[in-house]
Amino acid sequence: MRIEGIPASAGYAEGPLFDLDRPLAVYEGKTSAAEEKAALKAAIDKAASRLTSLVEAADGDAAGILEFQIAMLEDDALSGPAFGSIGLGQPADAAWRQALDVEIAGYEASDQDYFRARAADLRDIRDQVLWALSEHGEAAAPAGAILYGEDIAPTRFLETDWSSGGGIALKAGSTASHVAMLARSRGVPMVVGLGTPAEKPAGVALLDAEHGGIVLSPSPAEVEAFRRSSSAFAARQGKAQTFLAQPAATKAGTAVRVQVNIADPSDVDGIDIATCDGVGLMRTEFLFGKSLPDEETQYRAYRKVLEWAGDKPVTIRTVDAGGDKPVPGFTVEETNPFLGLRGIRLSLARLDIFRMQIRALLRAAVHGNLKVMFPMIATAEEYAQAAALFAEEQTAFAARGVAHKLPPLGIMVEVPSVAIAPEAFAKVAFFSIGSNDLTQYVMAAARDNASVAHLNSVRHPAVLRLIASVAAFGREKGIPVSLCGDAGGDPAAIPALLEAGLRDLSVAPAQLAMAKAAIADVSV
Amino acid sequence: MSASAEATVLITHEVGLHARPSVKFTKLAKSFAAEVEVAVAANGPWFDAKSIVKVMAAKAPKGTMLHIRARGDGAEQAVGALVDLVRRDFDEDRDHARSA
Repeated sequence: MRIEGIPASAGYAEGPLFDLDRPLAVYEGKTSAAEEKAALKAAIDKAASRLTSLVEAADGDAAGILEFQIAMLEDDALSGPAFGSIGLGQPADAAWRQALDVEIAGYEASDQDYFRARAADLRDIRDQVLWALSEHGEAAAPAGAILYGEDIAPTRFLETDWSSGGGIALKAGSTASHVAMLARSRGVPMVVGLGTPAEKPAGVALLDAEHGGIVLSPSPAEVEAFRRSSSAFAARQGKAQTFLAQPAATKAGTAVRVQVNIADPSDVDGIDIATCDGVGLMRTEFLFGKSLPDEETQYRAYRKVLEWAGDKPVTIRTVDAGGDKPVPGFTVEETNPFLGLRGIRLSLARLDIFRMQIRALLRAAVHGNLKVMFPMIATAEEYAQAAALFAEEQTAFAARGVAHKLPPLGIMVEVPSVAIAPEAFAKVAFFSIGSNDLTQYVMAAARDNASVAHLNSVRHPAVLRLIASVAAFGREKGIPVSLCGDAGGDPAAIPALLEAGLRDLSVAPAQLAMAKAAIADVSV
Repeated sequence: MSASAEATVLITHEVGLHARPSVKFTKLAKSFAAEVEVAVAANGPWFDAKSIVKVMAAKAPKGTMLHIRARGDGAEQAVGALVDLVRRDFDEDRDHARSA
């Protein structure tokens, strides 16, 4: 049986379904504290021996992480508080969860990235034992599994090892969610909007994330057809790779700049800088994951990417929190977050945090070809305020003799007010069209809502007309215009974008080759 | 009267006393019968050096002066061996070269 959905990240995956939504282990309570303690002890041993068997197959860093988890699990200091609570009448699962949550909170509160990151290890340990406490199931998705559920959290995506394949199939979800962006940049196949099937699917499934669909309980004929499509896709991708090393140009010979979008500084590790024209968008929200990063952490992250890019430009976007990207301790709860305090609005409301990011950017600028842009600009006053803050921090650095440089300051074009009346922004250094948000605001269709996904098309004439008008304004005033939304890497949208006058696109790294191949097919 | 020993050593490893070094540190500490404790300040608090949960909780970054003390059988040897491990950067460079 095939269920149709919307492709969010192209590719094919064949593997067992892993239910993302199943409740975390139903634990059956015991009748005495002694039995509860025995159950917890057995679960810890079971989890530890499972990890031990994994160590044998692992190497290098993975083995190091597993050995650390085993050492933690075997340490009585970790389980002590849980056994104590059981003695006071708590069931084993609640006692363990509570004890571990205290440890996790301790790591999350650390002011050092390294120790903060260990919270994920502790959560892993917690869940492995909770799973072992229940009768059924494995704690983690098996390698190569298709993660299936209502929606998926970015952390879940990041915690999953995609090295042996696998994919994501969501009943709801959105092609513009952050996981979808991450999936595209890592080349993980993903389909959204599959809806809820009558029967709960299980077993091996075939995920076709090129056309958008999933085949449940496939017949041998379906498996065979699927494998043919999958290898044809791989072959096309292989062919596209031949475009990768070349600068992009259309059939008519028109040069097109193609840059990459990145989120985490480590994203650049897998990219050859020779294959792209720079970084068109470096998101900084992920640095702001669970807590606020200090100036030094930010400076190091920006510097790493700038040094990697050499003399090619790196466009860093100041933090775009809010909307569908909440940051604890920074963003605010709102009933309509996409229309609320997000992007530059939030930065201008939280000057302590914004100034810290500005200082990190000014210091990093000496290490490469930095450009900085502000998200969600709606009025020229917002740009002027942000630029003035850069000038103030620059003056302070100059007075203190701190090495720094003022980068060119540009804006995202994603709020319709800017796209409709760009003349108010004749003084900005560059425009970068954020087609995801521009489209959702023009079409009044939230990008994280699968039921209005059909409205969210960058190729709607209203959206294309605005893009063409911004491109024309840029040409007239000599202001560079690029596009860094998902449309830039979509082979189906590329012809329309080039026809609208754009000559500078920024795409997910995994789409670089396909985008260049698609550009070569356009005749403008 | 039981033996006791105490020493101080500077953590020079890049990310400090983190996960993998802590595994090595506690394993080595456990190989001695003596009671071994660590602290990041001379006046404590002192943590059980044989418990990775406690050692990690010390969250000692690079540049920390690590205080190590032991009491009981082999106290002197325990402190000496642990100081040596920290001075060797927990043999992390060697491991790195091997996995590279």
